[in-house]
Amino acid sequence: MASILRIIAQRLALGLLTLFVVSIVIFTAVNLLPGDFAQAILGQGATPEAIEAIRNDLGLNDPPLTRYMQWLGGAIQGDLGNSFAQANFASFAGTDTGSGLASVASQVAPRFENTMFLAGVTAMIAVPIAVTLGVLAALYRNSIFDRAANVMTLSSISSPEFFMAYVLILFLAVLNPILPSLSNIYEGMDFSERLTKTLLPALTLTLVVTAHMMRMTRAAIINLLASPYIEMARLKGISPMRVIVKHALPNALAPIINVIALNLAYLITGVVVVEVVFVYPGIGQLFVDSVKIRDIPVVQACCLIFAAAYILLNLMADILSIISNPRLRHPK
Amino acid sequence: MSIWLQLIIALVAIAAGGWVFRFVGQKVTKDAPLYRDMPFGVAFGYVLGAALLVWLVSVYYVARTGEPAVANKYFFLRVAIEGFIGFAIIAYYFRLAGIYIGSEGSKKLFRSMPLTASFGIVTIIFYAFLAIFAGQISSLTIIVLAALGVPLCIYARVNFRADAAKSIVGVVSVTLIVFIVMYFVGPLAPYGQEEILGAANVVPGGDPAIGGNPDYPLGTDQIGRDILSRLIYGAQNTVGIAFATTVLAFLIGATLGFLAATIGGWLDQVISRAVDVLMAIPSLIFALLLMTIASVWAPELGIPLTYFMVLIIAVIDSTRVFRLARAVGLNIVVMDYIEAAKLRGEGMGYLIFREILPNATAPLLAEFGLRFCFVFLTIASLSFLGVGIQPPLADWGTMVKDLAQFINFAAFAPPVAAAPLLAAGAIALLTVAVNFVVDWMLHKSSGLKE
Repeated sequence: MASILRIIAQRLALGLLTLFVVSIVIFTAVNLLPGDFAQAILGQGATPEAIEAIRNDLGLNDPPLTRYMQWLGGAIQGDLGNSFAQANFASFAGTDTGSGLASVASQVAPRFENTMFLAGVTAMIAVPIAVTLGVLAALYRNSIFDRAANVMTLSSISSPEFFMAYVLILFLAVLNPILPSLSNIYEGMDFSERLTKTLLPALTLTLVVTAHMMRMTRAAIINLLASPYIEMARLKGISPMRVIVKHALPNALAPIINVIALNLAYLITGVVVVEVVFVYPGIGQLFVDSVKIRDIPVVQACCLIFAAAYILLNLMADILSIISNPRLRHPK
Repeated sequence: MSIWLQLIIALVAIAAGGWVFRFVGQKVTKDAPLYRDMPFGVAFGYVLGAALLVWLVSVYYVARTGEPAVANKYFFLRVAIEGFIGFAIIAYYFRLAGIYIGSEGSKKLFRSMPLTASFGIVTIIFYAFLAIFAGQISSLTIIVLAALGVPLCIYARVNFRADAAKSIVGVVSVTLIVFIVMYFVGPLAPYGQEEILGAANVVPGGDPAIGGNPDYPLGTDQIGRDILSRLIYGAQNTVGIAFATTVLAFLIGATLGFLAATIGGWLDQVISRAVDVLMAIPSLIFALLLMTIASVWAPELGIPLTYFMVLIIAVIDSTRVFRLARAVGLNIVVMDYIEAAKLRGEGMGYLIFREILPNATAPLLAEFGLRFCFVFLTIASLSFLGVGIQPPLADWGTMVKDLAQFINFAAFAPPVAAAPLLAAGAIALLTVAVNFVVDWMLHKSSGLKE
């Protein structure tokens, strides 16, 4: 038990270190920008005095190391700085630029929750379907069902998300009005309505993610079917379904859990395109909008959040696979 | 909610049908092993498959003969069914042609080819054809090709086996003939990709009654450019840029990977750790962040944003190539023939290009196909989000974004709604085709039977 805890602690430390380096990369990349943020906020016609005032306000005159420390310190405490877009608006409205800034955290927080909801719904649909189909495909391998599933999953893995999204909109929203094609989610919505509006984007993501998970599940089980204890079970005369569910599946669980975690990590990037198609108010859409208007603090914050979620899920896959495999738990 | 009720009733009916099917089978065949040992799930699957087939046939029948209002509803399913059958027939004939035409080696290859791979190869050839001949090719291209082709043929005849030389000569001459014919045929696209024609927002379908124009079969976009021409030029731009990006990613990734594998030590450590960090950021997110920065740099330096995009995606994707090249390279450098080459005193260049590279071709080639798909999809997604390939260049991702609202007309005028789906479908078709071919190659090289 102690060795497991030590391994988990090691991985966690490694993950934190990676996140730290990633934050440096993001910060440096953003600071390579020519010109400066103050100019970007005020536009071309700004007076030098105004620019200087904003530079002082935002602390842009400090050396990069100080600014990085401040940004990182703030980010750890949940303060991600102020959005430029809001500052822009405030300065146009003639209000004081210093105090009228909207914080990035207040913009990101509700959207982050929405995205987590979308990812959660997707996972709830996708994981059971993928594992069941994967087991079935392994059971009836090389049959018509397996081949059809192979062609379908390959096609859905390789299609772009927006193609899937528009095909689903076409069939489920336009031709047969079953589900709404716009996911306008707002606060105070009751749960069932929120679920209905989330269903179409969730289905799109499900199509993309299920295919991957199913193929991996199939491969993991087929890999095990060649081992001697499976042959033994077969020779005892157990039914093929029982061989797979009782004997192969528990041993294939490690790679399957690994694949599920990796695919959830993939979901994190998949949401960007899908959220834009369905106008779903999640963090991906905020990210793309901010990229378009070059709202650097928001871009920086979203990037950090995406990277953190990605690293966390990869870490989880890593730890789970170590826990479920005794050979990795006791390295020689 | 009635739709869910219908679905449940249909499933229950199919389940009952499955039980009846097995029962009748057992009775009629007097307990033949197939029916006697059939689990209920399998019987259910057979009946489900049959029900789906019957449903597709009936839908197709309605779509061809029904009232316009009903037929419109099934228009897309009809197109999908016709497309599926059409592609299957083309793939079948392509494989058949491959089995009877060509050298011994290629005939053998075609005989073992599944239909999906054959479909993939036909599609890739079609896209390459569209991409190369979208605009008018210059006479210089033909002269250069001929000047390169003749020495290649002579070299092949002198150095290769007769069989291989014959197929090389065949490929070169067919390519030359196609180029010369296409030079006189002219461009495939009826109009230029940036050409602004008289009428804007002409509806696709070419039906004057609802605002179409037979001159523009797919209509024109919001500023009056022909959509069909832009689709064809999209093959040139989107596929061409994705291909160039993949090649660049491989140049960077494979070179660094092999260097890390052969030299090892601190160089390996430094590059590997840097790659680890870059891979910890999701690639689409990182690409979007860097594109934001590039969009500020681009006008300042006077370099088009597209060049930045190629470089950014190439660097991000080269990390994945690096991983593979290093892993493959590490397995090769411990071989005896590498030791022998080192003892002979060969240089690093000889080791990498003459010893490691030829032995790493198969995995790298498969990776090239997969990497191309990823790059292609990333570029399409970036363009769809509005930060990828910039107008006035025609590009499929941007076209999907611009035409997306037409989908809402699907119930009244299906051809109108088809325009955005055509652009998105063009992307999907190519990646599916490449994936089919790569899947087949991997299956073949791994020798897996089960």
